[in-house]
Amino acid sequence: MKFTLVLKSVLVGIPIGITFFDTVGYVARVEGISMQPSLNPNSSITDYVLLNRWCIRSFDISRGDIISLVSPKDPDQTIIKRVVGVEGDIISTISYKRPFIRVPEGHIWVEGDHTGHSMDSNSFGPVALGLVTAKAQCIVWPPSRWQSIKSEILEGRKPVNMK
Amino acid sequence: MTYTQQFRKRAAKLAGLVGYVIQYGCITHCVFEYVGDFVVCTGPSMEPTIVTNNVLLTEHITPRLHQVKKGDIVIATSPTNPRIHICKRVTGLPGDKIFSGFSYKVIPRGHVWLEGDNHRNSSDSRTFGPVPQGLIRGRALCKVWPPQDVQLLTDRGDCDVR
Repeated sequence: MKFTLVLKSVLVGIPIGITFFDTVGYVARVEGISMQPSLNPNSSITDYVLLNRWCIRSFDISRGDIISLVSPKDPDQTIIKRVVGVEGDIISTISYKRPFIRVPEGHIWVEGDHTGHSMDSNSFGPVALGLVTAKAQCIVWPPSRWQSIKSEILEGRKPVNMK
Repeated sequence: MTYTQQFRKRAAKLAGLVGYVIQYGCITHCVFEYVGDFVVCTGPSMEPTIVTNNVLLTEHITPRLHQVKKGDIVIATSPTNPRIHICKRVTGLPGDKIFSGFSYKVIPRGHVWLEGDNHRNSSDSRTFGPVPQGLIRGRALCKVWPPQDVQLLTDRGDCDVR
């Protein structure tokens, strides 16, 4: 009797948990150096960030936000990058096949803060908004790094039409 | 029965009801997200296989495991507008050569080539290029509506697979 009760609450609890993580948000570990200095400022500490899924349900993503997205090159991998340009912006690229590009409809231009050490739109081009999974809200671990993530773009990397 | 007792009883009943709604809502979410769902199709791009207002049963397990094959009909988020979904046939996998426009293109890693069965009236990979696999949401299993038209959509032979 007790066993079936436990089993029942587990069977009910799992879908509720999954739904919560899918719609509200979850915590993820940041790997790699591509977002230095905003995340993982030195390689001995790995940051844990709270990824907010609720605020991207209508896809209103603005320049400067840090977002997580499914890698266009490998669908098993989720990457975390900063939005540099939204649709219609003109971007001066770094080592992309064209020096300037207009971000097409329904796409965004994402870059890592650690310019030159990041696999971002400069290698795979603009990414479709449908690949965005969540927005990084704050750093939750380690305690010494507790802070909310600010929305900002490096001065030199602003879209050409914003300057 | 006093007024407070009555109120307490009603509140308990309401809490129980809300709990049930949350439970079943979450179970529904998980089924539609991870197992499969029904999709109503509109538009001419998949004629004659699928016409407007056909209802498809789709499953989400194959795309999640990245086992989509050539000839499958898939539901994907549109690359040009994340709010709408498109229903197309996979005609190329990563590494395949595709004849598009006047030249051959090699499909990059992690992408697929989607085309509608109605070549004359379909905006597909020929206009927006290869589609990332991460955008594929479901694979069509069968047509379930209208009832006289029920058929499996999983046989991969009936398209011009290149």
